Order: sequence, then structure tokens, then C-alpha cells
Amino acid sequence: MGLRLLSGDAHRSGILSLLLIVVFLGLALAPFLFPGVRALHTAATICVFILLVASYDLLLGYSGIVSFAHTMFFGLGAYGVALASIHMGRGWDALLVGTLSGALAATVLAYVIGLFSLRVRAIFFAMITLAVASAVAVLVSQLFQLTGGEDGLTYQIPRELTPAFRFGEVFGTNLNGRLLNYYLVFFACLALFLLLLRLVNSPFGRVLQSIRENDFRAEAIGYRVVHYRTAATCMSAAIAALAGSLYAIWLRYVGPDTTLSFEIMIDVLLMVVIGGMGTMYGAVIGATIFVLAQNYLQNLMGVAAEATANLPLIPDLIDPNRWLMWLGILFVLSVYFFPSGIVGRLRAGR
Amino acid sequence: MMSAAPDHTPTFARLTLSDRLGRAAPYLLVPVLVVLGFLAIGAPTSWLTLTVSGLAMGMMIFIMASGLTLVFGLMDIINFGHGAFISLGAFVGVSVLFALPGWTDAASLPLNIAAILLAILAAMVLTGALSWVFERVIIRPVYGSHLKQILITVGALIVLEEAINVIWGGEEIFLIRPSELRGAITFAGAALEKYRILAVVLGLAIFFALRVVLRRTKIGLIVRAGVENPDMVEALGYRLKLVFIGVFIAGSALAGLGGVMWALYEQVITAGMGENMMVLIFIVVIIGGLGSVEGAFVGALLVGLLQNYVAFLEPKLALISNIALMTAILLWRPEGMMRVAKGH
Repeated sequence: MGLRLLSGDAHRSGILSLLLIVVFLGLALAPFLFPGVRALHTAATICVFILLVASYDLLLGYSGIVSFAHTMFFGLGAYGVALASIHMGRGWDALLVGTLSGALAATVLAYVIGLFSLRVRAIFFAMITLAVASAVAVLVSQLFQLTGGEDGLTYQIPRELTPAFRFGEVFGTNLNGRLLNYYLVFFACLALFLLLLRLVNSPFGRVLQSIRENDFRAEAIGYRVVHYRTAATCMSAAIAALAGSLYAIWLRYVGPDTTLSFEIMIDVLLMVVIGGMGTMYGAVIGATIFVLAQNYLQNLMGVAAEATANLPLIPDLIDPNRWLMWLGILFVLSVYFFPSGIVGRLRAGR
Repeated sequence: MMSAAPDHTPTFARLTLSDRLGRAAPYLLVPVLVVLGFLAIGAPTSWLTLTVSGLAMGMMIFIMASGLTLVFGLMDIINFGHGAFISLGAFVGVSVLFALPGWTDAASLPLNIAAILLAILAAMVLTGALSWVFERVIIRPVYGSHLKQILITVGALIVLEEAINVIWGGEEIFLIRPSELRGAITFAGAALEKYRILAVVLGLAIFFALRVVLRRTKIGLIVRAGVENPDMVEALGYRLKLVFIGVFIAGSALAGLGGVMWALYEQVITAGMGENMMVLIFIVVIIGGLGSVEGAFVGALLVGLLQNYVAFLEPKLALISNIALMTAILLWRPEGMMRVAKGH
């Protein structure tokens, strides 16, 4: 039964199973285990990023396509919810319309980009997505009347999802709308993650993997490589947009920094690579480790930089602003020495 | 009884008109765009100003894009780290200019240009040297895998950008051009910025120098042959790896050169400037045809001109004009304007 739910994709490693169970239980019981606004926010961010990274893994790990527009799709979903909530007024219908139109827009855009780039050479895709994503990012900051520009947008979500809505107390934890909001994010992400797992372990997923390994041979066997790649791109974009919508519902704010920036794209790339490309479970491990590190380790760097302020060079290197440099170094090193990521290592070391 | 050998007399058919047009079409696009720009803008003086600045921008983009397209054509390597060399070149060049206030502030054109040339030289030497290490450490281990190349070079791009931030401080640096290159001259009633004219001249010089090297020298012949059929060139006894490293270094040095010129054009530099330029460079390389230097040249001019015309006519559309251009060209020729014939 358990394996059915995971689409027969066994963990094949005791430590991996243990890690995944810990992450699952930690996230499922987060409001009760880790009290505090910040901890709950971190948990919700982890949920959203697990989904986002898993949808990216469908593209990078399973199809072998590099995209730099994944945060653009993520942002489309987020801005969909924000714009619908502003223009249609606070309500569930606005969330639904925003989510669906965001996902639809992402799918259509992914289809168009796929048509132009994938039919010639898969490598075009990386370059064209970079160009389109940066154009969209600039567009969003230019059309500030509509999108709020760099300041972003704040909006209201249904009262049932906000802290103001209280309905009791269990084990000393207030039951409020924020909790409902968290579980909405959690279960939606869980369901979509299981859907992705189902997808990559289906015959469709196997064809994608065969294309990744040898597209020429896959074409020769009779699979239309372009169709499969385009389909994977569209699905990945749609799920990224859904993740964006969930994030927007959780944050009640959208802005370029939280949804669209190139930095988030780099974060996502790093999470996939560290966790393990082409494993799906890698997304869980990678996103959890990364978001935790980002939320807590970065502070630690600041403390360490202050403590070593008298020494030469060292405070410059461990300044929190240098976070990105260490990420880059980690990224290069993991592609070299660790191409299968944590999950790949655990499975191989069995 | 043996039959006679089949007739092998080769026939040399003249190229048909449509073939010729097809080959010349990319080059014709530039004058067509210039004429269209004239019709759309109406005022000849504005048009001249915009055309010169469009050409200047195109030339600078071409300088930065030429290395990337050659490296791809020759070794099938895609280097996202190219942008870091642009930033690095800009920072090194600007540091040299700051170190020579006597030359840049002097009211003498030769001294000003000497300062710029010195800055360019320093930038090219440094980016070239760094690219040699870069090729060894970053690219060598991932030959043959596009996926890993993209991932690794993106990582390297971030690290180098952040290293620039560590060395030069994270703030943007403003600069002013050398004294004789400030301001504009008036030609036929149109104001033409002096620096843009210099950029056009320098860009043209580099384009023709590249063309001469590629078309008229032995090393150019090997490079072009290597783009078309690397296995055959290696079979003939040339060590293509060495040629490639040379091309890689030269291409990165050109990125450094482009960085200095772009810094003087924008008069402000940030570590992220190379990354931003990569967007335009990729568009240029794609519409030109991956691996084609001429294609990159035409593509860069189209991008530069279109961006300037559209920014004048409808500023809001300038952002997406490049994407629209790329879309249109890929609809017309899915592999770019000048497809590079691959022999394998």
C-alpha cells in the first residue's frame, strides 16, 4: 500500500527512508513540534520548494533539459493569485481563478518556448529560457501599475486562512487560520509531489529517461522526442505555477525577490543538484537542507563575520553577502564530485 | 565482359538566384531594418543619431558574442561563464583608467585613446590568462556533456561575479569617459556621440580582423574546418584541442575587450553586468546561428539597431523587441540565419 502511494519507486536505502520519514513527519507536525511564526514559515517554505524543485527535477533530472525560466513559471502562479485577489476581491473564488489562470498561462508560455527551441536543439532551450525569463523579470518591474514593480503586491486572502480566524486550542497550540493555511500548503504540495512521482514512474516517465540517455535512439525506436520534451516542459511549468500560487497564498505578498529573481533560480538548481538529479526524492532532501541552511546558517555567518571582524579577509569571505559565492562553489564542486547528489550516494552506498 | 566505368564528369551548376538571395538575405536584413527605421522615425537627424548608437551597441555586442559562438562551433561547448569575463574585463579596464588620471583628463585625443587602449590591453591579458585556467579547471572535465557544462559554467559565473564583489567592493562604480571622448559632434544636423563613433570604428576593425584571420590564414582555415568536421581535422594530424584552447582564450579576451567598451558606453559597472549582457549575447548567437561569426555580426547589428529604434518609437516595447526579433528569425530559419554546416 505504502509503495503503491509512492508509485513503486522504492527508496532502496535505509538511511534515505529514514530521512524522508523524518522530513515528512517534521513537516506534517510542524505547527505542533516547532512553535513560533518563523519556524512555521520555514516549514511552509520547505513544502513549496520541495514541490518547485521536484517539478524542476522532472525537467532537469528526468528529461535532461536545462531551463532558466522555472522561477518565471513559479512567479506566474504567484502573480496570478495576487492579481486575482486584488481585482476580484478577497475570496476563495479569487484564489481558484488566480491559481488556474496562472497555471494555464505558464503551460501556454512553456509550450510556445518549447516549440521555438526544442524542435531544433535542446541546448537552445537553456539560452532562450534565460532570455525570456529576464525579459519577463524586467517587464514585471516596469509595469508597476499592474504588478507593483519592485515593491510587489500585498493582498487579502479568505479570512479562514489568516491568523485572525481562531477556533480552539490543542496541546497548548492555538488553532487559527494560519494553521489551516499551512495544512492547505502542506497537503496540496504532498498531493502534487505524489502526482509527480506517479508521472516519472509511468511509461511516459520512462520514455523521458530514455530520451535523456540517448535522444537519437529514442527517436529511432519511434518516440517523437520533441513531443515528449515539450509535454514534460509544459507539465513542469504548470506544477511550478501551482507551487507559486501556494507560496502566494501562504505569504499574502508577491514580489520579484520572492518569486522571480535569478537568485531563486540558482537556489532551485542547487537544491536539485545537491539532493540528486533524476530521483524526485532528491528534491525533498535538497530543498529541506537548503531552506534550513538559508534560514539559519546565513545568520550564523553574520555572527561569525562579526566575531572575526579584526582578522584580514576572513570577515569579507564569511560576510552574509557572500552567501551566493559559497553557493556557487558548492554548486561547482557538487556537479564534479557529487553528480548523483545525496540520494544517489545513499542508494549507491547500500 | 566488364562494363565501362560510369560517367563521372562533374557538373558545375551556377547558383540560382534564389540560392544567392537566400545566402545574402541575412546581410540584406541590416539595410532593410535601417530603411524601415527611417520610414518609421521620419526625422532624418533623430534617425541618424539612433542608427549610429544602434550600430555602436551592435558592434560591442558582437565583440562579446564572437568568442562564444566560435567556442561553441569548434568544440560544442556552451559557456555561461562568458559573462564573468565581460564583468572582469570591465573592472580591470576601469581600474586602469582610474590609475591614469593624467592621461584620461588631458585634453588630447591621442593620450585619451592611449589610455583606453592600455585599459583594453590589461583587460584582455587578464581575462585571457584567467580563461586559460578556467578552461583547465572548469570546462576540461565536462567535455561532451551539455547539461554539466551549463550547470558548471553557471556556478563558475556566480563564483567569479562574487569574487569581483569581494575584490572591488559590492557597490556599482561610476566613471566618466576620457575628456576628448565626452560629448557629441554634429554631423548633418544630427548629434553623434564621439564615443559611439569610436565604438563603431573599433567594432568594424575587430570584425574585419577576425574575418581576415578566419578566411585568409592557415590557423583560420583549421578553425573553420574544425567547426565543420572536427574528426576529420584531427585525422589529418592537427591537435584540435590546442587550437580550441587558443580560440577559447582569444574569445574570452574579446569578452574582456567588450567589457571595457561597454563600461565606457554605460559609464557605470557592476559585477552583474556580464550576466545581463549574456541575455543579449545569447539572442545574438541564436539568431545568427550557433558557430557562425558572420551570423553573430549581423545578429548583433540587428539587435542593436532594433533596440534603439524601438526605444525611441515606443519605449515600453524595447524590452520585448529582442525577444520578438528572435521569435521572427527562428520562425524563418529555425537554426539561425546562418546555419553552420556540420559534417557529422
